[in-house]
Amino acid sequence: MTQDESRTGTGREAREAAAERAAIAVRPDEFHHSEAGSGAREKVFELKGIDVRYSGVAAVKGISMDIHRKDVTALIGPSGCGKSTLLRCLNRMNDLIPNAEVQGELLYHGEDLYGPTVDPVQVRKLIGMVFQKPNPFPKSIYDNVAFGPRILGRKDDLDATVEHALRGAALWEEVKDRLEDNAFGLSGGQQQRLCIARCIAVEPDVILMDEPCSALDPISTGKIEDLMIALKDEFSIVIVTHNMQQAARVSDRTAFLMVELDADEQNRWGRLVEYDDTEKIFTNPADQRTEDYVSGKVG
Amino acid sequence: MAEPGSAAPRTRLATAGAKATTQAMLRDQPRRDVIRNTAFAGLLLLAVSIALAGLIALLVQAFIKGAPALSTDLITNPPSSIYPEKAGFRTAILGSLELIAGVILFVVPVGVGAAIYLEEYADKTRWWNRMIEVNIQNLAAVPSIIYGILGLAFIVRGPLDLGFILIAGSLTLALLVLPMVIIAAREAIRAVPDSIRQGSLALGATKWQTVRSQVLPASIPGIATGVILAVSRALGETAPLLLVGATVFVTFDPTPFSDYSALPVQIFNYAVQPQDEFQALAAAGIILMLVVLLAMNSFAIWLRNRYEQRW
Repeated sequence: MTQDESRTGTGREAREAAAERAAIAVRPDEFHHSEAGSGAREKVFELKGIDVRYSGVAAVKGISMDIHRKDVTALIGPSGCGKSTLLRCLNRMNDLIPNAEVQGELLYHGEDLYGPTVDPVQVRKLIGMVFQKPNPFPKSIYDNVAFGPRILGRKDDLDATVEHALRGAALWEEVKDRLEDNAFGLSGGQQQRLCIARCIAVEPDVILMDEPCSALDPISTGKIEDLMIALKDEFSIVIVTHNMQQAARVSDRTAFLMVELDADEQNRWGRLVEYDDTEKIFTNPADQRTEDYVSGKVG
Repeated sequence: MAEPGSAAPRTRLATAGAKATTQAMLRDQPRRDVIRNTAFAGLLLLAVSIALAGLIALLVQAFIKGAPALSTDLITNPPSSIYPEKAGFRTAILGSLELIAGVILFVVPVGVGAAIYLEEYADKTRWWNRMIEVNIQNLAAVPSIIYGILGLAFIVRGPLDLGFILIAGSLTLALLVLPMVIIAAREAIRAVPDSIRQGSLALGATKWQTVRSQVLPASIPGIATGVILAVSRALGETAPLLLVGATVFVTFDPTPFSDYSALPVQIFNYAVQPQDEFQALAAAGIILMLVVLLAMNSFAIWLRNRYEQRW
C-alpha cells in the first residue's frame, strides 16, 4: 500500500515540495502543515546514500530510507550502530560537531536539507529535538516553554502558547500552579515532558527524539510513550531507542541498523539492514540479522 | 593423624595463639609509623600556623597602632601633611572608589566579551586561538609594575596621552586585572553544560541567542565572583598607580579627569611621615582597607555558594 499511494501522490507532492521549498528559503516560520497529503504516504525525509564521517572516519554508510509524515519512525540497533548520528543529521545538529561531514542526499519535503542556501538555524525551527538526558534550562517552567516562541518573536498570547504546549506534553495539570518554579525541581520524567513541551511550543513539523526514555523510570517511560502516540496526530516523530519493546509499542515504521566491520576489523560503521512497517520487522523480518536482533539472539 | 585425646587441647592451644596474634596486630601500631604520622601532621600544622601567624600579626599590629586614630573623621576628612589630628582618607577613598568604578566599566564588557569569544566562538584547532589562550594565562602572571610602565607609556603619554588623571589610573588597573576576569569568566562559561546549548540550538535559536539567553545568565554568578575578586585586587594594587600619577597629595574630591590618589597610596604617604601620629593614621588606613577587602572577598564567596548551579 505504501508503494502505490506514494506513486499516486507524486503530482501533489511536487506542488507541495515547491511550496515548502519557498517556505524554507524565505519565511520558514510561516511554514504550515499541509493536510492535503494526509491520506497518502507523504514523505518528510528522503535519505539517499547518506554517509556521515567524523574527522574522515565513517560513522554510518549508505543509508537510504524515506520517513513518512505523521508516523512514528523508530531507529533501532546495537550500540555504536550510528542511530543517534543518523538522527542528528535530520536537523543538522551534526553541524555543531567539528569535523563532522554528511555526504549523500537528504531531502526534507523535497528540498535538499544540506543545500547551500539552507540555514541550519531555520532547519531546527522546523525540526525539533528531544535529548537522551532531560536538559531543561536553569529557569522557571514557564520560561523554559516560552523560550522558543520568544526567540521566534511570537510574543502574542504567550500564556496561551505555554499552556497549549504543556497540555500537549501532558504536563499542564502537574505544573499549572507552579509555573514560576525552577524547572530543576521537577522529577526526571516531568523534566523530559517539559523538554517535549518546549519543543512543541515552537510548533515544529518534525520532532526527533534521541533515546528520550533511557534516563527514566518505567512509569515516566509509559507516560512519554503515550505522549508520542498522541503527538503523531500533529507531528512526524523519529525516535532512536535502545529498547526494542518501546519501538514495537510506539512506532509505525522501524529501521534496524547494524554495526559493520571492514575486513581487518579496524573500522566500524553503521549500516541500515532493514526498514519496514514495525509489525513486519517484529513478526516477520525479511533479513536474518533483523530476526536475530529482535528475538534477542544478538545485540 | 593425631591421638584422639590430644586433639582438643592442641586445637585450643592453636586457637589461643591465633587470637593473641590477632589482638597484637590490632593493638600495636608499629612505633615507627606512629612517629611518622605525628611528625607529618605536625609539619602540616606548622605550615598552616605560619600562614595564620602572618595574618594575625598584621591585624594585631594594625589594630594596636591604628585603633586610636579610628573614627569617622578618617573617612570624612581630607588628608593633611601638617595636622595629623585632622587628617583623613576622604579624597583617597573617593579616588579608589572612582578608580574601581572605572575598572568595572572597562573590565566587565571587555573581559566577558573576550571570554565568550574564546569559549564559544574560537576554533580551538587554530594555532592563533591556542596562542591567545596561553598568553592570557601568562598575562595574569606579569608583575603589576610592568602594567604601570605600560600605562605610563601608552595611556598617560603615548597614543592615548590622557595625562596623570584618574581615568588613566583606571585603565591601567583594568588592563592589570583583565586576564583574571577573562580566566574567571571562561571557567564560568565552560561550567555551563553543552546539553543546555544543544537544547537551545535545537529549538532554532541562533548561536548569539543561545549565548545571550542561556549561557550568559547561567554563568553570571561565576563571572560576578571573578569580577569582585579582580576588583578587590585592583583596589589593593599600589605599584602601577605610583607610575601613572596617584602619588600626588590630593586635598580636593577627585573627578575622573583630575589628579587623584588612592587608598593604598595614601597609606604609603602617611607611613613615610616621621611623626607617630601619621604612623597611627597609616595603621588605621590599613584596617579600613582590610575591612573593605575582607567584605568584598566574603561577598564573592557568598555569591559563589549561593548561586552555585548543580547540573
